[in-house]
Parts: sequence; C-alpha cells; structure tokens
Amino acid sequence: MNWILLLEQTLNGLQLGILLFLLAAGLTLIFGIMDLINLAHGSLYMMGAYFAATFTQWTNSFFLGVLLTLPACMLFGIIVESIALRKLYTRSHLDQVLATFGLILFFNELVRLIWGPIGLDIPLPDILNGSVELFFGIRYPAFRLVIIFAGITVALLLYLLVSRTKIGMLIRAGASNRQMVSALGVNINLLYTIVFGLGSALAGLAGLMAAPIMTVEIGMGEGILIVTFVVIVIGGVGSIRGAFVAALLVGFIDTVGRSFLPDILGLFVSNDVADTAAPAISSMLIYVLMALILAIRPQGLFPPKGV
Amino acid sequence: MRKLFLWTVSLGVLIISQAAMADTVKIGFVTTLTGGAGAIGNDMRDAVELALDHLGRKMGSSDVKMFYEDDTFKPDVGKQKTEKLVKKDKVHFVTGYIWSHVLLASRNSVVGKGPFMITSNAGPGPVAGKLCHEDFFSTSWQNDQTTMAMGEVLNQLGIKNLYIMAPNYAAGKSMVAGVSRTFKGNIVGKDMTKFPAQLDFSAELAKVRAANPDAVFVFYPGKHGMQFFKQYSQAGLKGSVPLYSAFTVDSLSLPRLKDLASGSLMTQFWAPDLDNPVNKRFVADYRKKTGRYPTFYAAQSYDTIMLINSAVTAVGGDLSNKSGMRAAMRKADFPSIRGPFKYGNNHFPIQNFYLRKVIKDSEGNFTTSIEKTVYTNHQDPYAKDCKMSW
Repeated sequence: MNWILLLEQTLNGLQLGILLFLLAAGLTLIFGIMDLINLAHGSLYMMGAYFAATFTQWTNSFFLGVLLTLPACMLFGIIVESIALRKLYTRSHLDQVLATFGLILFFNELVRLIWGPIGLDIPLPDILNGSVELFFGIRYPAFRLVIIFAGITVALLLYLLVSRTKIGMLIRAGASNRQMVSALGVNINLLYTIVFGLGSALAGLAGLMAAPIMTVEIGMGEGILIVTFVVIVIGGVGSIRGAFVAALLVGFIDTVGRSFLPDILGLFVSNDVADTAAPAISSMLIYVLMALILAIRPQGLFPPKGV
Repeated sequence: MRKLFLWTVSLGVLIISQAAMADTVKIGFVTTLTGGAGAIGNDMRDAVELALDHLGRKMGSSDVKMFYEDDTFKPDVGKQKTEKLVKKDKVHFVTGYIWSHVLLASRNSVVGKGPFMITSNAGPGPVAGKLCHEDFFSTSWQNDQTTMAMGEVLNQLGIKNLYIMAPNYAAGKSMVAGVSRTFKGNIVGKDMTKFPAQLDFSAELAKVRAANPDAVFVFYPGKHGMQFFKQYSQAGLKGSVPLYSAFTVDSLSLPRLKDLASGSLMTQFWAPDLDNPVNKRFVADYRKKTGRYPTFYAAQSYDTIMLINSAVTAVGGDLSNKSGMRAAMRKADFPSIRGPFKYGNNHFPIQNFYLRKVIKDSEGNFTTSIEKTVYTNHQDPYAKDCKMSW
C-alpha cells in the first residue's frame, strides 16, 4: 500500500461523499421539514441527468446545459410538489411511501416514452475529459475534481442560506417544530414548495454531475437513493450539517472498503475467499455503520435542535 | 337437416385433425426488457422476430407463438416468469436468458418438467458440466471459453503483468476463471466489484494505476461496460495501459462509446463481418429492419429460433416426439450465423473463437471486425464433467 494510492482513494471518497451530500441535503430537508418520505428523490436525480443531456445537446455546450438544468430541475420539483405531493402531507408515512414509489414507476416510464429505453450520454468538453496532474505526481480525473469543488461550493452556499437568511431561519424552525412555525403565521405551503424546489435542484445537480462519469439511464437514481437514506439516518433527519458529515463518512468508508479490504482480508484467509468475500463485506460496511448508529445514537449524529 | 349435420360433423373432424397434425409451437423467451439492460432484450427480440420473418412466421407447417417475458435483471423474477411459462402457458421451449445468475435460478423450473431449455446467451460452468441435461441446449458459448481465448491472445502479445476486473456474480467468476486458466504471466491485481449496483470504478482504477500493469482485462456486460470505458479514459489510463475486454463492448454501446473504444480488442465466437452466407443475410436484414448493427446477443437469439425450427421440422410438427426433436437438435443441422458447427456431449457448441477489433465501417459507423482466429473448434473445459453421451 503506498501513500499516493491512499491520497487518491481519499479524493475518491471525498468525491463520492460530495455527490451523496447533494442528494442527502435535499432529502433530509424534505423529510425533516415537510415530514414527507420521498422515495421519488432518486427520480429527481435521474431527471437532472436527462435534462442535462438534452440541454447539452440543444446548446452544444456542457456549461450552458448545466446552467439551464438547475432552474429546470427546480421548476420540475415545484410542479411535482404542487400536483402530486401536496395532497400527501396529511397522510401517513405508509401512504407517502406507496405514492412516491408509484412516482418512481411513473417517471421511469415517462423517461422511456420521451427519451427511449437506451440511455443517453453527456459528452464532456475536452478540458474536463481527462486527468490532471496534482501535487506529488498524483493524477486525478479532471471532472471528478470539478465535482469536489462544485459540491463544496454548494455546501458553503447552503450553509450561508440556512444560517444567515430569513428563509434559512424558517427552514431551521420548520425542521425543529413544524406546528409552531405555522402557528406563527408563516405561509407553510409556500415554505414547503421552496424547500421541495431547492431539494429537487440539489438532486438534479447531483444527477447532472454523476451523468458524465456514469451514464444517463432509466432507474439510475434507485441504487443511490438507498445509500442516501443511509446517509440521512446516520446524520440525523433534518440536519444539513449531519447530512454533510455522514455523506463524507459513507463516501470514505465505501471507497476505503472497496480498495483495501481485499488486501486486508487476504492476510487472514486464502486469496480466493478474500476475492469473493471482500466485495460483499465492503458493500455491507455502510449498513453496519448505520446499524451501529441506530443502536447507540438513534437520533443520528447531528439531529436538528429541539427534536 | 341430415345433410347439414353431416357437413358440420365432417367440418369439425377436419378442424380437429388439422389441429392435431400441426400444434402451434409455443416458445417462451425470458430476457431483460426494462431498465438499463432493457436495450439488450430489445435487441434479442428484434433478432427473434427477424428469424421468424425469415421462416415465413411458420416452422414447417406449424404456427409459432412467442411469449416474451421480462426478468427485470433479477434472478427471482426470472424464475417466476419461467415457472409461469412452463405451468400456465405450457410452452414447448423456454429460451432467452442473458444473465448467468438468472439462468441458474430458473433452470430447475424447466429441465425435467417437459419443455426444452435453450440458453441464448448465459453459459455458466455448472450447466455445461455436472448439471448438463438432455433437455438443455445452448446457442451461445460456455462463459469460460471467450476469456480463455483472451488469455491466449495476451500470451501471444507478450503481456507479463495483467490486472483483471469483473463483476462479482456467476458469469464474472467464470470469465475470470477462464482468462486465469490460459494466461501464463502474473496476475498483479484482481477486483471483483459489486453487481449490478456498482457503476463507479474510481477506487479500483486508482489501484490499477498504482499497480502499473502491462495490460488490463475486463468483463463488464451491458451498461457497466460503457461506464467502465468512459471512466478508464477519464482516469487517463486509456493511452497508458492497454485495455482488453470480453462481452464489454457491443453493438449497443459502440455508437455511444465511439472513439473511446476505437481500436479496442476483444475475443468472441462471432462478429458482424464473419464471412458466411447466413451471417451476411442476418446482418444485412437486421440493419434494414432496425437501423443498427446486431449485437452478439441478437445473433445468438437468431440461432435459437433456427435451432428450434430444425427440431420442429425434423419431427413434422409432432411436438410430443421429444426424442426426435432432441436428436435433430444434436445434429446442429441449421443455418447458423457462426457457420457450420457441432454440439459437444453437453449440448454446448464446439466452435471457433476470434479476436475482434473496433473499427469504423465505410459509412463511419463504429463496428467490430475479425482480426484473426484464436481457437478453432474449441470445446469448453466443463464438457468432461458432463456424464451425458450420445
């Protein structure tokens, strides 16, 4: 094991964590403030990727495509919220799960009708489509660096929005005590719509950033949604700070597990067993962490104040 | 009145005897039609329909009814759909199967229960070896064979240090076993990634760079292949470490990969430019019908229908004559896209394997072309474990 590899894997873990954070931030806000379990959050991620692919094709520029995608995702989220989800707020969580699961199926078929069953690609501009030399001879894919920087920037902006603005104050209040906020005469419906639009835009941003690394496919948001739920459970439901810390934690654990576990296991058992067991165990690690957190600190690492 | 009665009776007898003479051939086809891998199933279905068109929608004088089922890429769903085909639809042939883990889960619901089972793609070791069965046939290959051919190619190229990556499921393990069996150099690293969940290979690619091998070999079917090629290039490995693959680049991913896969080498039993009259007609008509080059999945599915046709016509449409149909299929006496071939004792083809290279055709489409023959009449290594002889 050399330290260049270790550093590179740290960057990989950071990049995965950032991507998870963008999804988890939206999901945790929606869950914490609106008390809505939104299984269709992964669909918003998928729509972000499809929007980005389409806009990139129209404008023939990746950057213009990105600029168009974010407002489109926000708008899309607001439309979904006002048509479908608004009716669910008073229902039980089980009804919400059922309805938003239905939305997943609906969006998958919608995408199939509009864009076809074969996925799309987002061609990256040449400047982003290679690797760059960092310090000490570490080479790292340029686009993954962009993801890291963009993600950290968004995290900072989100922090400023939540802790320094009036809307942020309402969001924090909503996460702590929903009834009190509406009792104080705040237009809670408008707040919900804003929060959902914001969450949708964050999910779309995650989708468009994941798309050039992976591909734009039907159902691409379903696998990552499960990990996102793990993140918000670990971080504490409703807490953006918790989502940030937990996302990085999950990103690191997953990456380190994938990269070093086969070698570590190889020290104790035969190589054949290690090769088969390591992927299974490394994919379990984050769930083990979640189980531990639930046992020791069920409210999560950083629950919002007043919960 | 009496005359009318006689007419009715004789007409009825005529209809019944017609039906007895030529039963409708019912064929179940289990594949993936939805989700990211749905494009593969779609391609296979197009090939099946093309084969039926070529047969005039009839096998001998019998009508054909297809039952397409979607396994949604999941072994449990594939098994349920298979049981439905056998028990409810009472099909005579259960075919299709892209994925080895779906095939293995579904096998026991078919063999010994009446219908023939024909795999159109998946070829896990057990069904070619210990679990071989008189009612089980393949129109594809055994999983290990293609990568064994790749191991030979790597030896010929003088590769000393190899890094291997594959998904951690039945077929991935077979593919790795195959290349490890014939490759004579060192395997300096091996990663089995979670399947199908893992699509981001950043951590593994970092390890590849650190290991600095002479070459990388991967098996990533379907959408995973495309994502792997993209990330390999983004990680800056494309120019520095040569990448060899099996079942990773296909006619579905090539139009999207384009230059990323240009010049890429792989082994396979077939290529769109394989020079025989059956294949030329198949590729030309398939392109006319769909506007795409056929995948190997499509080619194998075309052969599945032709194999069934040879069985049904040999027994004159008498689908109760299973031993007659089995004897006919064992002859492999049908127009195959791979040219004439023989079946081994385990009902897997004994066939050639070629080295394919990604090229641009005269119209600028990306496709693959055969570079050379690696194996001639190659039989899979599991055939010796199969107790069946005929």
